[in-house]
Amino acid sequence: MTAETAAPAAEFGRSRLRKEDARLITGQTNWTDNITLPGLVHMAFVRSPFAHARITSVDVSAARAMPGVIAAFSGVDFPEQGSLPCAWPVTPDIVMPPHPPMATEEVRYVGEAVAVVVARDRYAAADAVEAVQVEYEPLPPVLDMRTALDESSPKVHPQGNKCFEWVFGNGDIDAAFRDAPVVLERNYRQQRLIPSAMEPRAVVAAWVADEVTLWSATQIPHVLRFALAAFFAIPEQNIRVIAPDVGGGFGSKLQVTAEEVLAVLVAKRVGRPVKWTESRSEGNLTVHHGRDQWQRIRVAADHDGRLRGLSVDLLANMGAYLMLVTPGVPLLGAFMFNSIYKMDAYSFRCTGIFTTEVPTDAYRGAGRPEATFGIERTMDELASELGMDPMELRRRNWIKHEEFPFTTIAGLTYDSGNYEAATARAVELFGYHDLRAEQERRRASGDPVQLGIGISTFTEMCGLAPSRVLGSLSYGAGGWESASVRMLPTGKVEVVTGSSAHGQGHETAWSQIVAEKLGVPFEDIRVLHGDTQVSPKGMDTYGSRSLTVGGVALNGACDKVIAKAKVIASGMLEAPPEEIEFAHGVFSARGGSGKTSTIQEIALATFAAHNLPDGVEPSLDSEATYDPDNFSFPHGTHLCATEVDTETGEVSIRSYVAVDDVGRAVNPLIVEGQVHGGLAQGIAQALFEEAVYDDDGNLLTTTLADYLIPSAADLPSYITDRTETPATTNPLGVKGVGEAGTIASTPAVVNAILDAVRHLGVRDIPMPCTPERVWRAVQAARESGGAR
Amino acid sequence: MARITVTVDGVTYSDDVEPRLLLVHYLRERLGKTGTPIGCDTSNCGACTVQMDGASVKSCSVLAVQADGADITTIQGLAQDGEWHPLQRAFHEQHALQCGYCTPGMIMAAVDLLRTNPHPTEQEIREGLEGNLCRCTGYENIVRAVKSAAETGVTS
Ligand code: FES
Ligand code: FES
Repeated sequence: MTAETAAPAAEFGRSRLRKEDARLITGQTNWTDNITLPGLVHMAFVRSPFAHARITSVDVSAARAMPGVIAAFSGVDFPEQGSLPCAWPVTPDIVMPPHPPMATEEVRYVGEAVAVVVARDRYAAADAVEAVQVEYEPLPPVLDMRTALDESSPKVHPQGNKCFEWVFGNGDIDAAFRDAPVVLERNYRQQRLIPSAMEPRAVVAAWVADEVTLWSATQIPHVLRFALAAFFAIPEQNIRVIAPDVGGGFGSKLQVTAEEVLAVLVAKRVGRPVKWTESRSEGNLTVHHGRDQWQRIRVAADHDGRLRGLSVDLLANMGAYLMLVTPGVPLLGAFMFNSIYKMDAYSFRCTGIFTTEVPTDAYRGAGRPEATFGIERTMDELASELGMDPMELRRRNWIKHEEFPFTTIAGLTYDSGNYEAATARAVELFGYHDLRAEQERRRASGDPVQLGIGISTFTEMCGLAPSRVLGSLSYGAGGWESASVRMLPTGKVEVVTGSSAHGQGHETAWSQIVAEKLGVPFEDIRVLHGDTQVSPKGMDTYGSRSLTVGGVALNGACDKVIAKAKVIASGMLEAPPEEIEFAHGVFSARGGSGKTSTIQEIALATFAAHNLPDGVEPSLDSEATYDPDNFSFPHGTHLCATEVDTETGEVSIRSYVAVDDVGRAVNPLIVEGQVHGGLAQGIAQALFEEAVYDDDGNLLTTTLADYLIPSAADLPSYITDRTETPATTNPLGVKGVGEAGTIASTPAVVNAILDAVRHLGVRDIPMPCTPERVWRAVQAARESGGAR
Repeated sequence: MARITVTVDGVTYSDDVEPRLLLVHYLRERLGKTGTPIGCDTSNCGACTVQMDGASVKSCSVLAVQADGADITTIQGLAQDGEWHPLQRAFHEQHALQCGYCTPGMIMAAVDLLRTNPHPTEQEIREGLEGNLCRCTGYENIVRAVKSAAETGVTS
């Protein structure tokens, strides 16, 4: 680190209240759906009611004739519509079927768009949708991954239902299992989830001559711009994408959607700006879903619990088509099933399968929650098999703090971590030993309400990502991030980031980084993002990458400002540049005249440019791009205590302790908020949420009355704390935090439920662990003879 | 078309509206009161919550014609003379929002909660806000915010 980065951390680690809040709590927000433009018209889509069908005719003429209707189109009206991109062809022989934004020949999931109407207002557009006549010839749906590869299964695409098979491994897996004293196999279901950002998707597209502006509730304005240029033949320089205030994403807005592409094409065709805002039920049918795997996990261990080998075999539901990163999501888990544990051998296989359901793609955690669930559930099962405390089993296998950096069996090098410290803190906050004693008593007394303790000692890989690694995994783009700093003449600062916030608090955290580095007041900094005209370069926000990549880029841009200012300061302070020191916003000459100059004075002097040293350009502005060398590996220990009523199946979370280690925290308040939100989503997977299709392929969970995202009354209060083991792979020492809570909490909760009823003979309960499912599992165990 | 007269955030409007027009669309699209967002189409999320004649309602489940003669306060009318309402302050201070999409509805629902129960327990807060969904915060800080606003005393 340079001298200036070693300054005392006044802003770093400070729980600043957020700058973003002022507009958000007063209703001065700029959601995409708020946008109005002269002549704006509204789009609405006609969507397939069939999971799988041939389209025999689409007749939009009646719709076109309705009052207030400007136009109506079917897919064949857009020969230029092309195919929605998938950026992650994970194997050379992956099947990548064409994916037109509007279906023309066949529909492959309920909700797929077949026609679009354009009308003066959203009510007229909704009426016109009803008037479009579409005839279908139904085809058999494909809904179960486990039979989709059978010879007799109907085919989603002519090429068949297998999308890819990806294998990976390290060490001699056969040797690890051969003669292993303990071998255990478990099969888990990762149910299908609907990301459910509270802001539905919305798009506005407007052309002026050959330039198009697209406002979208997206996480990825930069990637979207690139995609429109690369896949839909719009010259890149003519495209501006704006992500205004975006109401949450969780991966669901990390997408290039049919509606975005069609908004651009339709706006051009009708010669007027168009808007489309989905309803929640339309969104549940069409926003990509998450998770949806069958996992077969085998583990081999010694009698003392030492892990010898782990073998993972996944079926991953792609849904009907491959979207932006669909096939890559389960593979992000490939490197994480081994988690924090040491072992001799590891093997992983994932088969991607097409079904006639909504495509899957990234949802908070993307691949890592699945892996963490698989391993953490299995560790508990193994502990039970060995008759060992599940914490002790983990302790025997995890990487010790003195062993970092540690290269895992999956080939990743974890830079830093301290599982002992996080666990010790969690155990203490939780009262682990007292709860175990209480559990013992309640088991002995046959209490109808049993107590369970669930453990999740997790890590994850985030901060996506080293571009080289992404390339080696066949991903279509890099993982760098860009930032620039503009010193304004009055000493205020504009920061431009390529990271596109949608609730994370970048405006606050980025201001703290700049205030810390440049010594300017927090209030004097404005952070700009989410508009490709303002922020032309970026890779956007997903995979807990903003701070670890974008924040570090900003750190670099600040260093460049300081370096430039030093040269100018040397002229003003009449000392050679190498004698200029900088701390807390003030330049001074070492040992010299005692003269100083603030960074604001230098900004003004640079603007005036009257007395700059020869050859120095009159600008302090700088830009930096950062491409990390490694992923970020936050970790933590989560402990959950559940009360399980064995007579009703009801589960309540009695306490939840999360101790996370995300390295240095720029803003602990924001970090804690990220953990809270992550916990809620992970707990929701364990207890409440599931996207359900009926036997015909109709989605039954289209509304928030059927797809149960939890309310305040459904969730417990959380106890959170942090240990701080700085990352060694970036100069800020930071690690990602956006997904950690979600990744860790699902297995903690399910382990706690199982721990409450395992002694009754229950081996597994599929998620979500609803009262009915818990009750049935307990009943079934009792009927088959109960406790082992 | 039906004629309605509604007072919204202190200004009275008279408008002809289609009988099927939802209050939330009237607020957003006719009056430009876009501070009140829409999160669902089944009255489950609470994002659209406003005060109507002093009590909170989900403005997506009220027709504009039903608001005829009503006095409505949206999030945009909650601050008085440039001073944030104590709940707005509490949401800011307790970091009770992230993306902010649920926030207007959450604050308006909380105003009503504290009106009917000025000193709620944590459980009462959780149950009182059951009709308002947030996907970002996990509710922990929302509960804290409502608690702290209750402690400092909400007057309006
Ligand atoms: S928009 Fe009114 S309750 Fe969801
Ligand atoms: S803050 Fe994003 S939904 Fe509540």
